[in-house]
Amino acid sequence: MTPSPPPSRSSRSPLPDGLPIPSEDDFTSRLRSPAVAARVGLWLGISFGVCFLTGLISHYAQNGNQPIPFPASPFWGYRVTQGLHVISGTAAIPLLLVKLWAVYPRLFQSMPWGNVRAMAVTGLERLSIAVLVAGGVFMLLTGLLNTAQWYPWSFSFRPTHYAVAWVTIGALVVHIAVKLPVIRDALTGDVEDTTHDRPSAVETGALSRRGLLRTTWAATGIAVLATAGSTVPFLRNVSVLAVRTGDGPQGVPINRSARAAQVTMEEGGAGWTLDVVNGEGVATSWSRSDLEQLTQRTETLPIACVEGWSASAEWTGVRLRDLLDAAGVPTGTDLRMVSLQKRYAFGVTELQGNFADADKTLVALKLNGEDLSLDHGYPARLIAPNRPGVLQTKWLTSVEVI
Amino acid sequence: MGGVSTTRSALGALGFLVGVYGAYLLLSRQDLDQLLSAAIWLAGGVVVHDGLVALAALGLVALGARLLPAAARTPAAVGFVVLGSITILAIPMLGRFGAKDDNATLLDRNYGLGWLGIVVLVVAAVLVASVLRARSGGRAAGPATGTDVEGDPS
Repeated sequence: MTPSPPPSRSSRSPLPDGLPIPSEDDFTSRLRSPAVAARVGLWLGISFGVCFLTGLISHYAQNGNQPIPFPASPFWGYRVTQGLHVISGTAAIPLLLVKLWAVYPRLFQSMPWGNVRAMAVTGLERLSIAVLVAGGVFMLLTGLLNTAQWYPWSFSFRPTHYAVAWVTIGALVVHIAVKLPVIRDALTGDVEDTTHDRPSAVETGALSRRGLLRTTWAATGIAVLATAGSTVPFLRNVSVLAVRTGDGPQGVPINRSARAAQVTMEEGGAGWTLDVVNGEGVATSWSRSDLEQLTQRTETLPIACVEGWSASAEWTGVRLRDLLDAAGVPTGTDLRMVSLQKRYAFGVTELQGNFADADKTLVALKLNGEDLSLDHGYPARLIAPNRPGVLQTKWLTSVEVI
Repeated sequence: MGGVSTTRSALGALGFLVGVYGAYLLLSRQDLDQLLSAAIWLAGGVVVHDGLVALAALGLVALGARLLPAAARTPAAVGFVVLGSITILAIPMLGRFGAKDDNATLLDRNYGLGWLGIVVLVVAAVLVASVLRARSGGRAAGPATGTDVEGDPS
């Protein structure tokens, strides 16, 4: 099992003698077979597909420009799609590791030296595989690190994760197109079938093919159970590797602290007002005590972060539509939400008219029965249904008609 | 392969276009330093997997095949797949590299203890299964030879 090659390799490739590069034939386990790779690959492909679709939803929800407005209901929608995004990506980690293990010998496939056409075809296929593996590993790695807010790179996470997603899905579709006959045979045939096996893949080992597959499903299940508590409340006590317990000040985790955003309690003190700016210089202002005098509503809404964690809470405050009505802003108007925060992105975000008009959209003053803590956005914050957490503007200071 | 079906050709063309769109997105929205960093991470993932993770797996499986009694090999292989993937997954949490001192709600568990809990459970299961297999007289145990080998362990 050492990767040192048998001596008679030099006839197969023009690589110099003695270089410790194995050939495909050195891998003898019958587990490294299309029958195994296709079965694991099917679930890996499904998880990549779920990640891609839910990722597109999340990307669109964060876009300022939405030709088709992102819906404001169901209020739990984004929590589910983004939770699914991260759960599916986490599940893909064991699947990808086993999949790559099963096809690892192909890395050492010899080139059909001499035949130019065959070399071009093989070269192109291997290039598409290289793109697929690089993209797949990149997506799972950057996604995983993003959930733990670890950014040891200098590219911008969101546009890169988004762009490489398209590259990876494209390479995956090409891969499926190239392998379709083998995939079809492998998935419709018996798991023990050897039709498409490499000639050397004959050795039985500690695990049967079924054993390896069951083990892979188990590892995938454990990976999900160990992490999904960040967003699935009843798993909180089981998910020992979840990036969030779901707890925090006033029972809700935070993502960006007031200190990081450079917002102080004084700024939200006596001098603070919430201004609704309806056109140039026409502003209606409320102090916090003014807001407290208005009809208070309580809504149970989740904070659902792009990083996959979410927590439901009871928010109390003024319905945004009530303030807009008082300021004479017609329904269907797109708004700009402005925060006191001085650092980081999303200090100014757009709120589409359908969100502004939704009954559940509040300018929240209280969280779970207590005045908002500074880290949760005191003196007032936006909380809207079906909306990514980064767009739930904290330390709200003005609402402007666009 | 003379008769590549239209379905496959269409699928291949679609995948190619989707990939090209992604490459355009990647290249058009960031500066050169950021692109270089992205390129390093894209290539680095492949290099680290193919050159390090895969080799480590080969080595550990070879070691297991040599050192473990026959009855323990199947349970150990199961344990290896589970613990290997869970441990790789747990690295960002175990290292708490993204922890922020102004945010106690992020990475707010004892991950070392949690990971150790999983290890203890899996190792215990592997031991119990090994003992059961040994007692049942080795009939249920896997074959005595190695698993995937370039080179006989003998």
